[in-house]
Amino acid sequence: MSELLIDIARAAVRRALEAGASGAECTISEGEEFSASVRMREVENLKQAGSRGAGIRVLVGNLTGSSRTSDLSAQGIETMVRGAMGLARITTPDPHAGLPDPADLGRFPNDLRLYDDSVSRMETEWKIAQATRAEEVALAADARITNSEGASFDSYLGSRAFANSLGFAGEYRTSSCGLSVVPVAKQNGSMERDYWQTAAREVARLESPEEVGRRAAERALRRLNPRKVPTQKVPVIFEPRTARMLLGDLFDAVNGGAIYRQASFLAGKLGEKIASDALTIIDDATMPGLFGSSPFDDEGVTSRRTVVIEKGVLKSYLLNTYTARKLGLKTTANASRGLAGNAGVGPGNFYIEAGTRPEGDLIAGILQGFYVTELIGASANTVTGDYSSGAAGLWIENGELAYPVSEITIAGNLKQMLMNLEQVAANLEFRSSIASPALLIGEMTISGQ
Amino acid sequence: MGSPPSFLASFFSGKFGITERDLESYLSEALSAGGEYADLYFEYLSTSSIGIDEGIVKSASESVTLGVGIRVIAGERTGYAYSDDLSPEKIRKAARVAALIARGPASIMKTGFQEARKHNLYSMVTSPHEASLAERVDLVKRADAAAREYDGRVFQVIASYADSVREVLVASSDGRLSFDRQPMARMGVAALARETDGIPQQGYSGGGGRVTLDFFLNEKTPEHFAKEAARQAIVQLSAVDAPAGESIVVLGPGWPGILLHEAVGHGLEADFNRKGVSAFSGRIGQQVASPLCTVIDDGTIGSRRGSLNVDDEGVPTQKNVLIENGILRGYLQDTLSARLLKSSSTGSGRRESYQHIPMPRMTNTYMLAGQSDPGDIIRSVPKGIYCATFGGGQVDITSGNFVFQATESYLIEDGKLTRPVKGASLIGNGPEALKYVSMVGNDLQLDEGIGVCGKEGQSVPVGVGIPTVKIDKMTVGGTSA
Repeated sequence: MSELLIDIARAAVRRALEAGASGAECTISEGEEFSASVRMREVENLKQAGSRGAGIRVLVGNLTGSSRTSDLSAQGIETMVRGAMGLARITTPDPHAGLPDPADLGRFPNDLRLYDDSVSRMETEWKIAQATRAEEVALAADARITNSEGASFDSYLGSRAFANSLGFAGEYRTSSCGLSVVPVAKQNGSMERDYWQTAAREVARLESPEEVGRRAAERALRRLNPRKVPTQKVPVIFEPRTARMLLGDLFDAVNGGAIYRQASFLAGKLGEKIASDALTIIDDATMPGLFGSSPFDDEGVTSRRTVVIEKGVLKSYLLNTYTARKLGLKTTANASRGLAGNAGVGPGNFYIEAGTRPEGDLIAGILQGFYVTELIGASANTVTGDYSSGAAGLWIENGELAYPVSEITIAGNLKQMLMNLEQVAANLEFRSSIASPALLIGEMTISGQ
Repeated sequence: MGSPPSFLASFFSGKFGITERDLESYLSEALSAGGEYADLYFEYLSTSSIGIDEGIVKSASESVTLGVGIRVIAGERTGYAYSDDLSPEKIRKAARVAALIARGPASIMKTGFQEARKHNLYSMVTSPHEASLAERVDLVKRADAAAREYDGRVFQVIASYADSVREVLVASSDGRLSFDRQPMARMGVAALARETDGIPQQGYSGGGGRVTLDFFLNEKTPEHFAKEAARQAIVQLSAVDAPAGESIVVLGPGWPGILLHEAVGHGLEADFNRKGVSAFSGRIGQQVASPLCTVIDDGTIGSRRGSLNVDDEGVPTQKNVLIENGILRGYLQDTLSARLLKSSSTGSGRRESYQHIPMPRMTNTYMLAGQSDPGDIIRSVPKGIYCATFGGGQVDITSGNFVFQATESYLIEDGKLTRPVKGASLIGNGPEALKYVSMVGNDLQLDEGIGVCGKEGQSVPVGVGIPTVKIDKMTVGGTSA
């Protein structure tokens, strides 16, 4: 690479100011992706490529315009800047629009271990072998595993640079790699698939292909020959994989963008008790090695840790500069955007603090209930809290996982579900930027036969 | 060999000086380590979008992305690489990376291209970028005003307008050459309404297609979408809890056709069937729906959102019968699946962009109209639920279970629509659900053009459609047990 991304970003900001902007911010990213997939012991796809892109947002007083390009040459940047300036002229003045408070800008000082060289050093043959091994282990696990949708090993190496007209400029590199497999189990006319996946910023932190294959097979097998249960109200346990999806819906409800528009059931509830004592939710972009970490957010604001809900009390919304100004609050460094456009609000590592009891204890305490392992077509209405989703999982009988269940829905309202959160298990693992241990909700409506 | 005039007049020839000789040399490079087939997909996409929120035009954005994707197929294996730099060195380098999938002596590229036949579905009188920025701003301002005017209880409106033009060139080692210019435009309006100090409710409406700005001035106006969004929000203010359990379900015409997309469409994509992982695998010729059901996937309908002159492998789209009078007739094929299944492409090879490998996808999926009067259908239901509008949906193609979310529904009591009910998921099983279709209306409608279909991380625009349909048994996921 001939020119540093951060220098291109600085130059773009300078060009915008020369063209008459009163403020500007530029994001540039560059990445190399690799993906190898294997199916039924044969290589299926091999994909490898790199790409770059730049985006600029200009302010002309209280007007804003944005533009994006994949052409990083001086001419490409010039065209991008002129495009954004032209667009700013057609917007309406917005008194809250602007760049962050200069005092908020900065880089989290510690090494967040977002990049590890091991990812770039792995040979293609080795990556293919990992996927092949994971699939082989899944296929060999049981005679009922007769087919597979395949296994894949993916990796990504990226760089992101950001500069604004307040003098902030920063750049960081990231790496990630992941291994997953999707076996298909078949018995007596019933066919079910499931998957297991491991992902990390360094190769050494991946689970082994054997572990991935074994867990995927186990999950597909336990779904075979499901029943459809009668419609009823019962306690529901979300295992970590489905609990994190539920938590993702909750993120939308604490997103400052929904709050200032009154489009969240949590609007106006700051300081109020909105969940049971068992619930504490943190957002922390400063945890080393995790997918939700970064030294600064997408506006150049120093990353931080925010307590969102503490023992059931709503302590903070998640905000970028704009939503914070709309609400008369301070940004929580949650600005998020692709390359161009006004920043939205996104999670750092958004997680539910682990409880002390193993998941098995939660199950053991239930006479009749539902353990959710898959949500399909989940729909959470952030405005009203109404929640309804297709689901599959295991029926709990007398404290044990008894038999598989599918083709049912679970429904409730997030307001009541939060108050009814009876237990949080200890099994918190950070597999993506949103993470949760298993959760026990006292009562939800199961819709079945 | 000389290039035909249409190629010389094409976008990539004009803007980047790409010749047929260049295309041949890139394809030869791609086949330098063997493989039976290679293709190139050049893409130049320009987009613009404008948004209004709280009556303020807060965002205006545009972008240009371009690149080329290169694919090499050897048996069931695919090698893929792309470049966002169209210089010959970078394209050749990407071709060599894609070639890594094959291990053998070089294959021979067929010399000389044949320009593929294509439809002429979306004639663009004016390019979207010729319309002034002010005209686009006017669209979102009109939507904002109309939604607020509809009812005093509307207190929050977000409206957006986005359009794009995609220039595409596909060249394959078996001599297919194809180019297309694909417009797309879409408006969306979201409204929030509440009674004094009450709980807010939301409504959403949107639409568009392979059209340009004039469509929103002459056919579907900003006011049309704004009033619909506001109306839905107001209806929800009096909604009661949705029922839980099995019920008779009547689907209204239009967007509820998403049922077909989830229940049968995905399960009939040839890649899943070739691999034997779909609940529909091996069921061609079997009864999978009531005899009243004929389901079509058609990429050739005028300027619909899912329509294409040629698919993303350069093959003309077509009208494919998926289910005929309840009998499963065919799968949706791309060139790879067609080759492996010894069939032919159904013009269903699609991809999100030059960075993605094509796969079989739907275009516009709908059910043919039947004989019944829609009013008679509702009158025939003693107790059930009528679904007028939907949100999204999802399917597990292996078990066949699918879900979709009703966002505007009503209770049916003694043959009449009574109270509106809150949003709820509906769940069913693909090969079983349509067997319970007992009446099909004579009122087929296609949706307004908002569908986005996701598969293996790739999003493509699609359309759906359905007449009023009565399903005797389906599970409704409400809270009122």
